[in-house]
Amino acid sequence: MSKQIKIKKGLDLKLVGTAEKSSKSLNLKNYALKPTDFHGLFPKLMVRVGDKVKAGSPIFFDKYRDNIIFTSPVSGTITDVIRGAKRKMLEIRIESDGTDSYETFKQADPKSLKKEEIIEELLKSGVWPLIRQRPYTVIANPVDQPKAIFISGFDTAPLAADIDFILEGKEKEFQTGLDALSMISDSNIHLNLGPDSKAPALLNAKGVEINNFSGPHPAGNVGIQIHHISPINKGDIVWTVNAADVLTIGRLFLEGKYNAEKMIALCGSEVKEPQYITVKSGVEIGSIVKDQLKQDHVRIISGNVFTGTRIDRSGYLSYYSKEITVIPEGDVYEFFGWLVPSPKKHSFYRTAFSWLMPNKSYKPNTNMNGGERAFVFTGALEQVFPMDILPIQLMKAIMAEDIDLMEQLGIYELDEEDFALCEYISTSKIDMQELIRKGLDMMRIEMS
Amino acid sequence: MKFIRNILDSVKPHVQKGAKFHAFNSMYDAADTLFFVPNTVTKTGSHIRDGVDMKRSMFVVVIALVPALLFGMWNTGQMHFQSLGQEVDIMDAFLYGLLKVLPIIIVSYAVGLGIEIVFAQGRGHEVNEGFFVSGMLIPLIVPVSTPLWMVAVAVAFAVIFGKEVFGGTGMNIVNPAILTRAFLFFAYPQSMSGDSVWIAEKADAFSGATPLAELTAGNAPLFAGANLSPMEMMIGAYPGSIGETSTIAIIIGAAILLYTGVASWKVMLSFIGGGLVMGLIFNLFAVNAYMELPAWEHLLLGGFAFGAVFMITDPVTATQTEMGKWIYGFFGGLIAILVRVVNPAYPEGVMLAILFMNIFAPLIDFYVVESNIKKRLKRAKVAA
Repeated sequence: MSKQIKIKKGLDLKLVGTAEKSSKSLNLKNYALKPTDFHGLFPKLMVRVGDKVKAGSPIFFDKYRDNIIFTSPVSGTITDVIRGAKRKMLEIRIESDGTDSYETFKQADPKSLKKEEIIEELLKSGVWPLIRQRPYTVIANPVDQPKAIFISGFDTAPLAADIDFILEGKEKEFQTGLDALSMISDSNIHLNLGPDSKAPALLNAKGVEINNFSGPHPAGNVGIQIHHISPINKGDIVWTVNAADVLTIGRLFLEGKYNAEKMIALCGSEVKEPQYITVKSGVEIGSIVKDQLKQDHVRIISGNVFTGTRIDRSGYLSYYSKEITVIPEGDVYEFFGWLVPSPKKHSFYRTAFSWLMPNKSYKPNTNMNGGERAFVFTGALEQVFPMDILPIQLMKAIMAEDIDLMEQLGIYELDEEDFALCEYISTSKIDMQELIRKGLDMMRIEMS
Repeated sequence: MKFIRNILDSVKPHVQKGAKFHAFNSMYDAADTLFFVPNTVTKTGSHIRDGVDMKRSMFVVVIALVPALLFGMWNTGQMHFQSLGQEVDIMDAFLYGLLKVLPIIIVSYAVGLGIEIVFAQGRGHEVNEGFFVSGMLIPLIVPVSTPLWMVAVAVAFAVIFGKEVFGGTGMNIVNPAILTRAFLFFAYPQSMSGDSVWIAEKADAFSGATPLAELTAGNAPLFAGANLSPMEMMIGAYPGSIGETSTIAIIIGAAILLYTGVASWKVMLSFIGGGLVMGLIFNLFAVNAYMELPAWEHLLLGGFAFGAVFMITDPVTATQTEMGKWIYGFFGGLIAILVRVVNPAYPEGVMLAILFMNIFAPLIDFYVVESNIKKRLKRAKVAA
């Protein structure tokens, strides 16, 4: 039964630098897999520097769940393994040989396969990590039986890649991916559409329950959608997949290979020509942005401005990212910046004046716009947090490391990204996403 | 701007850890962040942050206090000259008040901020803007004749034992400004009540009793021998604490706070509602002049309006849950009028009511949070 849900709380933030709806393909040389993209993962390397790999060849696996493997997005050579403190594995770099040779997997209509066969193919090809679970937002466990699978068909984050555009003309891949997902679990797939969703792949999707959401950001966050349709109680597991990643799953069965291609948005105020580009997963960002920057003093983000990962110019696209966002760095002093009403700054609050211009697009930099303080003002976070969860009380429970209270206050339903907007508007300038992740990690250790 | 930045930058190395003047780091930091928003950038989480910070939010409260402050200065002069039987123009009255009130403001800020800076230095924190507001609230809620040393002692007590021992702004249980007032009231009652404290350098023959004191004595709300009309109560030219008398000035402040969303309208509205309900109950069973006072006139007299707008709405000491705010404000207003009318020793109840509710706020929150938890448990059971 499909549902119509109107989200009232939240905030749509308009930024300069939306990607033009035109796309070009880029064949680049350098790629990397980053084990740090996956929470709670202990990578074990399966290759050595100098090994030749094909697209779909195993690179590393999870020490604690050895059936979850990660495969190369391209064919080429392993050039380097970068480690950080305590030999933590950060990047496995792969240089493409340009030949695009693939490992072969089973090419078949998922509907004709058994559940076990599909799971087997997804795991073997390294596509499985695209499926994540709530609680904790970690890679799903193939032996679990989730109570539902959620796919958000729209993204409300600032400058987010337009899923309608990404899915255009890819009805077949999308449907095949959905078919595969519906075969691996006995539960419903909820495909949640936004008010403007128009891609035929979404509107005509079969074998799924379609729900319609409307309202400001974070209405497009899958966590918010789960909360309003099938909230996670203690012991529940829900799986989530990015809509764009369903295409990768579909292609695995249509083409019989791990085709790591994805369309991402190159956006942000410091990009000369914001546009869509088709690249392979894990591509080096430097070669994409090198002729595209308006200035040098910028922050490059893999993902959107709220939840993305900061990337060096020599860094690589993160596994789940759909955007590369470039904004100016903000390491400047501002004379009486807290007092002077600047039309350049956006604020959620009426103590500044940006609310007078609701349609203006902003060019924010990375300045904190203030120092860290204790929680003082109350009632604001609740206005941008469309869940029946008490945000300040939950954060205080995490700060106090009170596991019981965290559970009682509903931490299972949350992911960092659900707190991103609270973090943005906080006058206390507290890093809330980091805090929520700390709570989730504590909870996961406690429950395992 | 560049010039100020250069000075600050040249001082900076000397107050860093290990440098000779490290003990002044917090003081330097307070000055630095006052002049310039620091150049710190986001490290984790959201890469962009809202343009408004604690400083700006707190500053709005100070702005909202300005009408009450200016009126209070004028009223101080006006009361003084009226008691002497002199007619003076607005400017003379204001100047007289300015000279009386300004020292209290200076003492309040100097003592309070001094202590804040010392504690911030000890903790390695930045100086919090909380006292920005408290330091302005305190002069407005004391009688104008309060000796400066009393103000200093009371502020020191309130900031240290009301706030810093709990961990500073954001952690305190009771409102430091109200605590200052309560300390003065209980430690030096002769300077805080009676007929002679409310008017600066009053002529002896003139009765300086507040309207509430007259009501407690069984009279009508009298001032200078005449009954105060509701309009006069609104305007506020009668004896009282410096900033509390003018309901109009306070309403201007309330408009600023509500419009910017800095104060919670829920708390403000429910406080007024609670006061009205209690006033109506007294009207029904009235046996004396105080109980007969129309419920709505209670809102115009004494510290009720000031308490409703600036005191009960303090977000740190109020309840933090949205549901809790309704309960908190309502009982605050109810108890304020209850204490005001029933307590024979002291004609005002707002201060005690707010202190009392400050202490109960965590309990109210506890039950609101419990109900949220129960709802979640129930949902899990239904699903199972």
